[in-house]
Amino acid sequence: MSTHTTLHVLPRSVYYSVYAALLVLLLATVGAAYIDLGAFNFLVSMAIAVIKAVLIMLIFMHVRYSERLVWIFASAAFFWLAVLIRMSLNDYFTRAG
Amino acid sequence: MDLLGTEVMFFGGLFTGFVVYRFTDPRAFALASRQLDILMGTINTFVLLTSSLTMALAVRAGQEGDRKGQVRYLLLTMLRRPSSSGSRRASTTRSTRSTWSPAPRSAPRGCTCRRTRRRSWSSSRSSFFVFYFFMTGLHALHMVIGLGVMAAMVVLANRGRFTPDYYTPLEMTGLYWHFVDLVWVFLFPLLYLVELHK
Repeated sequence: MSTHTTLHVLPRSVYYSVYAALLVLLLATVGAAYIDLGAFNFLVSMAIAVIKAVLIMLIFMHVRYSERLVWIFASAAFFWLAVLIRMSLNDYFTRAG
Repeated sequence: MDLLGTEVMFFGGLFTGFVVYRFTDPRAFALASRQLDILMGTINTFVLLTSSLTMALAVRAGQEGDRKGQVRYLLLTMLRRPSSSGSRRASTTRSTRSTWSPAPRSAPRGCTCRRTRRRSWSSSRSSFFVFYFFMTGLHALHMVIGLGVMAAMVVLANRGRFTPDYYTPLEMTGLYWHFVDLVWVFLFPLLYLVELHK
């Protein structure tokens, strides 16, 4: 990948703060799991997982500081994943019985 | 990035399958999920997140051409590895492997009736553990591969191969590693957490 020529070296503190945020989110997701929120348990834990994933991708994986092409590749993967899941669920949950 | 795109699809298929089965029989999945040890799962996640941090710092050392830093952070990242799979093994052996492993020879404990036993293997509860073992197993396989790649990186870094102008292999290793972490970020709540109140 040729992107690293455009990268600037992030200060260590950025990595440590992202790490701290990830740990807080980990505790939050475990804590939220113990509270009965009904259907929202699923949504809350997935929302937290998405936030964690975005943090890891943007900072640890340097997507935030990369060129547009990397953004396109990264989002294309998740876009197709969304299509895959959506279509499969459409199929399964619209069948009778 | 190409490789990681295909990896997203690879794990994505499994996630889709898991979600479909979960909504087809939510009660059985909830019962099965509660057999897992949340503390162990949490420790495992913590270990993985930490190894992601040290990996990011190793890549950063690569950007700076800091040879010692690269080696140190790579070794730290690798150190975390066995402890992580160890805790996963513990989290499965404690209650689940003996009772709910999809392997046919071990029947559920306290289950004497042959018919019930057989039925339980075709039930969704054991299909939860098919997903559990397959997905965590596949994840573990990725970690083992990562370990091998990282060992090679340590050797290269130690020889001073990576400079601020050229550290692409190191960066690739980092991307791969963070991806493995990313998968676990979704696996952990799906397998361990979302079913506590069903």
